Amino acid sequence: MTVARLSGIERIERAFAAAKRERRMAIVIYLMTGFPRRDATRGLVRAALDGGADVIELGVPFSDPMADGTTVQRAGETALREGIRLDDCIAEARTAVAERDATVVLMGYLNPFLRYGPQRLADALRSAGVAGVIAPDLPVEESAEIDAALMPAGAARIDMFAPTTPDGRLERLLPRARGFVYCVSLTGVTGARAGLSEEVGPFVRRVRARTPLPIVVGFGISRPEHVRALRGVADGVAVGSAAIDAIDRAERGRSEDALRDLVRSLREAGAA
Amino acid sequence: MSLPEAARGRFGAFGGQYVPETLMPAVIELEAAFDEAWKEPAFRDELDGLLRTYVGRPTPLTDARRLADAVGLRRVLLKREDLTHTGAHKINNAIGQALLAKRMGKKRVIAETGAGQHGVATATACALLGLECVVYMGTLDMERQRPNVFRMRLLGADVRGVDAGSRTLKDAVNEAIRDWVTNVRTTYYLLGSAIGMHPYPTIVRELQSVIGREARAQSLDLLGRLPDLVTACVGGGSNAIGTFAAFLGDTAVRLRGVEAGGEGVPSGKHAASIVGGSVGVLHGTKTYVLQDDDGQIRETHSISAGLDYPGVGPQHAALHDSGRVTYVARTDAEALDAFRLLCRTEGIIPALEPAHAIADLRYVARELGRDLDVLVCLSGRGDKDLDTVMRTL
Repeated sequence: MTVARLSGIERIERAFAAAKRERRMAIVIYLMTGFPRRDATRGLVRAALDGGADVIELGVPFSDPMADGTTVQRAGETALREGIRLDDCIAEARTAVAERDATVVLMGYLNPFLRYGPQRLADALRSAGVAGVIAPDLPVEESAEIDAALMPAGAARIDMFAPTTPDGRLERLLPRARGFVYCVSLTGVTGARAGLSEEVGPFVRRVRARTPLPIVVGFGISRPEHVRALRGVADGVAVGSAAIDAIDRAERGRSEDALRDLVRSLREAGAA
Repeated sequence: MSLPEAARGRFGAFGGQYVPETLMPAVIELEAAFDEAWKEPAFRDELDGLLRTYVGRPTPLTDARRLADAVGLRRVLLKREDLTHTGAHKINNAIGQALLAKRMGKKRVIAETGAGQHGVATATACALLGLECVVYMGTLDMERQRPNVFRMRLLGADVRGVDAGSRTLKDAVNEAIRDWVTNVRTTYYLLGSAIGMHPYPTIVRELQSVIGREARAQSLDLLGRLPDLVTACVGGGSNAIGTFAAFLGDTAVRLRGVEAGGEGVPSGKHAASIVGGSVGVLHGTKTYVLQDDDGQIRETHSISAGLDYPGVGPQHAALHDSGRVTYVARTDAEALDAFRLLCRTEGIIPALEPAHAIADLRYVARELGRDLDVLVCLSGRGDKDLDTVMRTL
C-alpha cells in the first residue's frame, strides 16, 4: 500500500510553509513509539495532531541512547519491554500519514536502522509516507551509507547542529542539509530544563546566516515561555521529554488530553 | 555526492565517528591534540619518565616453565603487566591520556570503568597530575568489584553509579558520553579501552603499544628470536592491541585474541563480540557487537567484569576480517581453572581477564602443536577478583 504522493522532503516543506503562512512557530512533537503502552501510540499521535503539532517525531527505541536524558531513556526502556521494533514505528507512522496526511519523521539511533538495512528502510519509509529520519549519533561525516538509500527515496535525513559546531563546519555542512535544520539548544542530552539556554540565540543566528532552510530548536524546550522566547529566532521547536512527562503524569485515561493541552499551549505561545 | 571530508579513523570497514554533533568538534580537536603531542619529543619524554619512575616499566617477561609443562607447550612467556603500579595495563593509557588532558588545558577528567581497573588507573593518574576525576561505573559492577570502588574514592575520584540498562560497562560508557556531551568544553573523556569513536582506538593503541615493544625486545633477548605465537585476552581489546601492535609486521608470528565465552557461546550468555557477534555501531564506532535481530545491544555475561562488554575495538574487527589475528572464546569455567593453574604452577595470581588467555594455551598446544614458544600478555593481577573466585570454590 502506498499512501505517499508527496516525497518526504515535500511533506516537510509543506508543514513549515503552512506555519510560516500562519506566522507562527512550527511545533514538532516527539513521541516514543510504544510508550507508555504498545497500543497507546495511535491515540497519542492523534492527540498531538489535534493539539496542533505540525510534525511528529516518532521515537525508535534503542538499548543504548547516549544522547538522551533520563526521561527519554526510561520511555525507551518501556518501549523495548513492550516489544516495539522498527517495523512497529513505521506502521504507526503509516497510520498517521494515511489517517491525517501527517508529516512524520523517525528519530532513533543508527544501529537499528543499519540492522534493518538502509535500502529496506528507504523502501519502507517511502511506502509509508514517512518524511525522513533523525539519528543523533549520525554526524554528516558518517551518513553516506544511509543517504545513498534515503535520498533517491525522497526521504530527508535531518542534520543536527550544536552550539559547539564552529562556523567553518556550519559553512561546509549546511549546504548539504535537507528538509529542516535541527539545532540542539544546549550542550547536553535531551530533557526538560527550567530555563532556556543562553547560547541558543547566538547559535541559531549563526545557523540562520548560512541556510535558507527552516530551523527547529530542540533539547530542553518544555514550556510555552520557551517557545515565546524563540519566536523570531527559530522557525519551530521540538518538544520531547516534556511531552513524555505530560503523558506520564496524567491521570489514568487522561494522557491524550494532557498531551493535546500541552501541544495547544505550545502552539499558542508560538503564534504571533 | 562526495563526503565533506574523508571518513576518519577507519580500520578497513570498521571504526569511524558515530557521535552526536555536539561532540564532533571535540573529537576533531582531540585528534589534532594527540597527533601534535605524540610527535613532540618533550611530551614523549615526560610520558616515558612517568612510565619508568611511577608505573614501574619496563615490566618483566617471565619464563613460565611449570605452566608451559602443564599446558603442553615448549615455552610460555608472561608479559607481566600485573606488576605495574595499580596492577594492570590500564595505567599505561591512563597516564598518557591524563598528560594529554592537562596539555589540552582540561581540568576535569571523566572515565567509565567495568572491573574498576581503568577507573583506579584514571583516579591514580588524576591524583598524580592534580586533575578532577569522575568515574562512571555500573551498579552491578560496583557490587562485584567493591575494593576498586573504595580505591577510587581513596584516590579522590567521584565514583558515580549507573543504574540503567544492564548496569555494567556499556551503561557506564553511555553515561560518560552523556556527561561529555554536557560538559564538553571543560572536560576530557579518558576512555579506557581501544573502543569508541575515532581517535580513541588509535590513542589507546599507541599508549598501550609500549607492552608489545618491550615484549618483542625481551623475547629477542630471551629466545634469540621472536615467539611463535602472541596471545592476549580481548574485551574491548586494549591490552591485546597494545601487545599485537609490535608484531603485526612479523608475519611469521601468529596472533591470537581470546574473548570471554561466559557460559559458552552457544548459550548466548557470553561477551565474545567477534566469535559470537555481528557488525553494528556502538559507542561511536562500527565494529563487531552483540545484538539482536532488531539491532538492540544484547546483555553480556562474563565472570570477568573487565571483559563484560558487547563490542570490541574496531581494529580487532579489521584484524579478524583480514585473518591476521585468530579470535577464539574461552568460558568462565575454563578461565577459573586457568586462574588456579597459574596460582599453583607459577605463584602468580592473575586477574580473571588474562586467565582467559591462559585457559586458551591448552587449545593452542592441541591445535598448533607443542613445539611452540608462546607469549601471553598477563594484563593484570587478581587481587580484585578474589571475592568472585572464592564464591566459585
